[in-house]
Parts: sequence; structure tokens; C-alpha cells
Amino acid sequence: MENVQASELLHGWRRNVANIKPTLETTFCGIPCINPFWLASAPPTNCGEQVMRAFDAGWGGAVWKTIGEPITNVSSRYSSIDWEGRRMMGFNNIELISDRPIEVNLREIAEVKRRYPKHVVIASLMVESKRETWHEMVQRAEDAGADGLELNFGCPHGMSERGMGSAVGQVPEYCEQITSWVKEKARTPVIVKLTPNISDIRMPARAAKRAGADALSAINTINSITGIDLDTLEPNPNVGGKSSHGGYCGPAVKPIALNMVQQIQADSASALPLSGIGGIGSWRDAAEFILLGCGTVQVCTAAMHYGYRIVEDLQDGLLKWMSEKGYATIDDFRGLSLPNVREWKQLDLNYQIVARIHENLCIGCQLCYVACWDGAHQCIHLDRTSPVPDTTRTPGMVEAEAAKRISTTPIAKLDAGKMGLNSAITPLERIPRVDEEHCVGCNLCSLVCPVENCITMERVDNGLPFESWEERTAKGLVPPGQAVMTTNH
Amino acid sequence: MGERVSFHEQAMTRPEVIERFGDLHPPFDEQAAVVEANRCLYCFDAPCTSACPTHIDVPRFIKKIATGNLEGSARTILDANILGGSCARACPVEVLCEGSCVMHRYNKQPIQIARLQRHSMDSFYESGVSLPFEAGPEMGWSVALIGAGPASLACAAQLRRQGIRADIYDARSLPGGLNSYGVAEYKLPLAESLREIDMLSVLGVNFQFDTWVDAERLAEIEREHDAVFLGIGLGGIHKLGVSGEKLHGVTNALDLIAGYKSGEIASISGRVVVIGAGNTAIDAAIAAVRLGADEVHIVYRRGPEQMSAFAFEYSHAKAEGVRFLWHVQPVRVLGDNSVVGIELSRLTTEADGSVVGESGSGFVLEADLIVLSIGQATHTGFLGESGRDGTKVQLERGRVLIDRMSGQTSNPKFFAGGDCTNGGREVVDAVADGKRAGIGIAAWLEAQRGQH
Repeated sequence: MENVQASELLHGWRRNVANIKPTLETTFCGIPCINPFWLASAPPTNCGEQVMRAFDAGWGGAVWKTIGEPITNVSSRYSSIDWEGRRMMGFNNIELISDRPIEVNLREIAEVKRRYPKHVVIASLMVESKRETWHEMVQRAEDAGADGLELNFGCPHGMSERGMGSAVGQVPEYCEQITSWVKEKARTPVIVKLTPNISDIRMPARAAKRAGADALSAINTINSITGIDLDTLEPNPNVGGKSSHGGYCGPAVKPIALNMVQQIQADSASALPLSGIGGIGSWRDAAEFILLGCGTVQVCTAAMHYGYRIVEDLQDGLLKWMSEKGYATIDDFRGLSLPNVREWKQLDLNYQIVARIHENLCIGCQLCYVACWDGAHQCIHLDRTSPVPDTTRTPGMVEAEAAKRISTTPIAKLDAGKMGLNSAITPLERIPRVDEEHCVGCNLCSLVCPVENCITMERVDNGLPFESWEERTAKGLVPPGQAVMTTNH
Repeated sequence: MGERVSFHEQAMTRPEVIERFGDLHPPFDEQAAVVEANRCLYCFDAPCTSACPTHIDVPRFIKKIATGNLEGSARTILDANILGGSCARACPVEVLCEGSCVMHRYNKQPIQIARLQRHSMDSFYESGVSLPFEAGPEMGWSVALIGAGPASLACAAQLRRQGIRADIYDARSLPGGLNSYGVAEYKLPLAESLREIDMLSVLGVNFQFDTWVDAERLAEIEREHDAVFLGIGLGGIHKLGVSGEKLHGVTNALDLIAGYKSGEIASISGRVVVIGAGNTAIDAAIAAVRLGADEVHIVYRRGPEQMSAFAFEYSHAKAEGVRFLWHVQPVRVLGDNSVVGIELSRLTTEADGSVVGESGSGFVLEADLIVLSIGQATHTGFLGESGRDGTKVQLERGRVLIDRMSGQTSNPKFFAGGDCTNGGREVVDAVADGKRAGIGIAAWLEAQRGQH
């Protein structure tokens, strides 16, 4: 009887899913958006011509390259980290804010808004820390037709040496002061962009919220030196043999950004509508930021790498996923993963998993074996062909045995019957075995395994109830002196 | 005494031949090598390393390419295989390292190990760096090595690294044996083989060229040295045993290959028939095509399933336009002074597997050149006749019997390796044998000293 109901429910759910025509239209701190994909304030939003082409490609909004008193840039300006042949896994820049006159930027904003009234144009601003200067800048940006303002308190290089950018974002009092000056004047939503170059991002976030900010955006780039040329001993990017710390971004920074987004959203004194930034290049990345509470996402490095055209799959992929999962709007899934991020002390100490190697998928690379021995808990063994389990053979012993083996080229005429090197089947002796009794369930083997689903982490029902460190401490089960020990809080 | 002329500079292959025998597997450019190197999973106790007779640490040398440490990569290769450059080109990697790559089980192309190995070795030569090993402190022992092929070269290098004098004797005037004269030029050019020998010569190997070692000379050599290594390979190619075999225009595969590599043969015209279907037969047939033959046939008395050539060699030959005639055997070679053709008869295989001629099935294949490639005889006569005084070392079906681990023969002072012990395999097998024998000889000499 129960089964019948379950299957009917499933049918109903499938029907609903099929009927859902999800939309990417959303509203962010009162600003209507045709989709949540904005270009971040950076070179891709340097001028009106670029922004209009970006809108044609499908971007829902653009945060204009930061407007302020024009600066002089250096050459070169960018450098990157390549990883095993992939380019720009991490990207770094020492470019400053817009080098174009304020009036030119504002004139072009007006032109873009006239031609693309449904698209979002946010004016990113950075001026001297003076009340009147900020008032004047806010007035001019709004007069040009900007849908909102983003205060650049995050730029980590160059501008910070002049008391702007991250020099403001790193001091909560300055952040609060300037935000409140802006709020005195602004008629459109005010978004404060936060720097990650601070020990606790909630401090400037709380300051912005106290000052009345309508929204936040995070993260700006991270202080970095991307590398040093081993021939010239000069760091990158190279400006006449010298370099300077720059702002790091791109795929490499996504985990840092996600963590900071979660910290802000989980803190009631910080939480505001949040535009997520940091390493977003695909719809999957975007979905993750939204699941941690972001209302829009901003993209830069991926667009600099591949061009505006990447927005097509951002939209297409996210819509398909929403339709599959039954989410009609961005708000339907926004923040759904937030309850799943807890403090360590609230995790279940009795939850147990062990690694399981699926022999039919194993290709015999033995990376899990050496990883477990050298980097984990010595509970994966190469003993499937041993008469009894052998948990004492170290990687060194395995290699020493291999070195003694004599191999010859198989030649049909000379090796009748021994031919047929069947490389399609993994020999049993190369398939590692997990000692499930001692496996601590750390995941390492499943992470190093190159074959998807070959090593799965399986739940072990140990019959023990949920128990967290917090509970254990509260029950007085933890000896004095250990109870105060916590991981980073 | 004038400056020594390098072996490399003495390569006599004609430029037009070199041009026609372009690389079968062209080298990687720098960036492609790094991309390919990064595909390697870095297996632990890697199957490719196990499959390699010399146990080159393949993942290690590949990762060094990825990090830009090409010199270290070459050193890793050379440490295991002193002829790593030749092997990168000549090895049948499809049945060795690349054949055992785990990528086969992952629905992916195996890592192109041979091309990566060549990349490291080529850049090593280009850098002009000398061999990253030195001769060991002189121990006062000397070893004679008969034959200057890959087995003796690897053995000599190992001996020199352990401070033992190595005197190599060879009948030819240049070293390398089949590595120099027997590998198809599109796989391993003669000049490349010689360049590698120049490199290992810096360890202080003494070469005695144009020296034919017979029983008498062997006795002399034995007296003068503390141990003898036999790296003598195999003998000449078998005869057909049919009439007309001595006619002008009948040759064998090894002479043909050595001929074009050494500059004696510049081109071939007309129709060519190669008898036999092993890897050497294929090398000879493709050589005939490249040297200008109008039509090249391979004739074999069994079918494609029984041929001893590797499958990839068979495909290569077909791609080059070589035609195959299966289940036929030569009856006689036709011609007055020169060959004009060969008479063949069809064979059928009986239920018990034996092959018998079909009567009245004879037919003639026109030919201007007939190339025999039906296996090599052994070359152990100079080791003494069995029966009379007994042989110097124990033989089995013409092969020198050795202890696989040390290379030692039944006569403790004699060691052996390569084709004369294994019946004819690959360069890499000979290198592995030679290296093990070098270690074995050093250990034996050490043990001998302990006893006296």
C-alpha cells in the first residue's frame, strides 16, 4: 500500500517538474533583473560599447568598471597560474580603476541605459574619503541613470595606497562612515563590495549593514604574488623588472569566496542581499553561490578568458538544472544549502563511512594505495592475491619487489600461449583492498581516484545515535582541558 | 694522434635514403609534450615500468617533462636504460609500456610514452650535456665483450660505472650491431644509434673493430681478461633450400636493411618478393617500397593469424602498399644469371595443424629481387663443438643458457645476454640483459676476490 502511494507521489512530482518552466528573472535589493548573471566591475565593463555587446550576448547586468578620478595604469597588468596544462586557473591583476574621465563613463552609462532599459547597470564608485566628494559622485551616477551603486571598498592594489579601496574595506569604521555618507544621498540601492583581505569578513559586512547598505557583494580579489620567473628572478606581472602584489581571482578562489559568502549569510548582523563573486565560470558555480544565499552572481575572469559568449551556458545550464530539480525561480533555491553548513562542534561524531573500491571500475593505477599509506591512515592494501590479508607491505616493499621482476618483450613465435597482453582487464593483484575495519572515512582515496564512482564512500550503520562534540561536552563526557579545544570558530 | 672522429660522424646513410625514411613517429614539440605528460596519472608501481624490460621509471621521467626538468627526465631514463634514445624509437611499445598503460582500461588513449621518452632524449642531446654518470674508481679488473650490439653496450656501460675495464670486440667497423644496422631507418636512424654510443663512450669503453672472434681468438681473449661477456646475437638468415637460391638478385632482409643504412644500397627497382612474415620481413618489405620498388609482395606459408610480426607492423606494411600472399611456399627461384621470378605452390593446413602442399597448385610470381626473412641461425660455432671437448658454455638449441638474474653461463667466467640467449627479441631486451650481466659480473668478480 505504501509502495503504491510512493509511486503515485513520484509520478505527481515528475508531472510537476515537467510542467515547470523556470525563469531566471529575479529581483535583487529591489532592482528587477532579467537574469542573475552580471559582469563584475572589471575590464569587461570598461566602456559602453563593451557593455552593450555583453547585453546582446545575454548578460543581465553589468557593474561598470570603477569610476573615480582617472588613474594611470602600468604595463603589464595581468599574470596567471596555469595548472597541469590548463591556462588561467588563477588570475591576478594590478590594474587600477577606470582610466577614463568620469564624465565619459557617465555619458556612456546614460547611453547604455537608454538603449537597454531592462538591463541592469550598476555604477561602481571609488573616490576620495570625503563626504562632499562621495555625495557629488553619487548624485552624478544616479543622474546618469545607474540602477544602483556599488562601493568599491575592496580593490587591494594601488588604490589602497592612496587610502581608498581595501584601505576602506579593511577598517570597519571607515566602511561604515562612507556607506552612511552615500546613503545620505543615494536614491538607488547601495551595494557595498567587500574585500577578502581581512581576518573576519563579517566585521566590514556588519559595518555596512549598520550604515544602512541595501546589499553586499563579495568577494573582491585576494592579495597575491602569482609567481616568480626563475630565469630573471622577477615576479609577475613584470613592470620593468619589478612587480607589486595584485588581486587574485579566477577558478582557484571559488572555495574562499564560497566560505566568505556563507559566513556573511549565516550572520544575522551581516546578512543582506548578496551578489556573489569569486571564480564563477559555469552555471554550476553560479548555482552553488545562490544555494549559499546569493541573489545575483558576478563574473569576470571567465569572461576575460573566453569572452562574453560564456553567458549562454550559464543561462541554459542553470535553467535545465532548475527544471530538473523543480525550482521555478532563483528564490526557490536561494540559500537552501545554508542550513547544511554548521560549526564543526555540531557535526555527528558517530556518523561513519568507509571507502569501497568497485573492482569492475578499477584501472589499477594504485594511486589510492600510495595516498592512503603516505597521506592518510595505511588502511588500503595490495594483498588480494596473498593467501592471507597482508597489511604490512609498505609502498617501499612493493616497489622493491617490482624492481626484481624480469620482463621481456612478448613475441608470438617465442611465447606461444603467453601472448594476448590483455590490457582491457585489470589484474587482480593491482586492485587495492580497503581494510574497512581501520578505514577512518577520510575521503582521500576517493578524491585521488581518477575514475568516477570507482571508489565510493559507503555508510556504515554502527547503531550509534547522533552525538556532537557540543553535546558530548555538555554531558560532561569530555575531560577538563579538552572541552575548550575547538577548531577555528 | 689526431682528434677522434665520432661514430655519429661516420654514419654513411645516403641523404636521399634518409629523406625517404622519414620519422614513423614524429617528435613532439615542447608544448605538446607537456600536455601529453600531464595526462599521465603517475601510477604507483606503474604497469608501464614493470612491462619495460629495463624498468625505466616511466611516470617519474614523464612528470619531469611536465615540470620542465628535461635533463632530470633524461637522467631517469638513462639510469635504467643506457640506450634510452634508441629504445624510445625502436621499441614495440604497443606490446610493452604503452600496451600496459592503465588508460586502456579507462576508455582513453594510452600515454605516448615512447614519444615522450624521445622528447627527453632529443633535448638531452641538443643541450650538449654529457652523460650524467661517471666511470667508477678503477677496480683493476677487465672484461671482454664479444659483439658491439646493445647487450654488450649496456653491459660495458654498467661495468664502467662500477670501475671495471670494458673491451668490446666486433667484426664491423662501427658499433651498435643490429641497433645500428638492423632497425628500419624510419624507426631508428643509424646516425642516432651511433650518437648514443658516442655518448656512453665517455665512460671509457675500448672498442676493437674489424675483429672476427674465432675459437682461437676467444682463447686468447679469455686469457687476457677476468671475465667474458657474449653479446654475439644470432647468425645469418636461414636458406630456403630450393634451387636457384644462389642467383644474383637473391638476398636476405638483414643484408638489405644494413645495405641501405650503410650507404651501399641507394634504391631498388622492379618487383620484390619477401619470403617470411616476421617483423624483420616487414621492415625489409617497407624498405623496398620506400627505396622505389614497383611492387612488393610478402609470401608466407601460413595465414595472417600465425605470422610472428606484431599486428601494428602488419597494418603498417599494408598501409605502405605491401601485398601479402598467404599459404604459399617457394618451390624454386627462376632465372639464368639473375632472378626473374619465383615458383610458389599453395599449401593447405590439415586437421592436425600440419601444412601440406596442394599438388598442381604451382604458379610463378615475377621478381627482380628476392629477400629471405625466414629466421636467423645461431652463431655459436666458435664456442666449440659439443661432443668433442665440449663447448665453452652450455647451449640449448643453439642458444646460450644463462641465469636470468646475473647473465652467468654454465662456465662461471662467461656471461651472456641479448639475442644469443633469448632467440631474438628486441633491443630493449638486450639492454636489460646486458645491464643485469654487468651487475652480475661485478658481483662475481667481487666474490672471486673474496675467495682468494
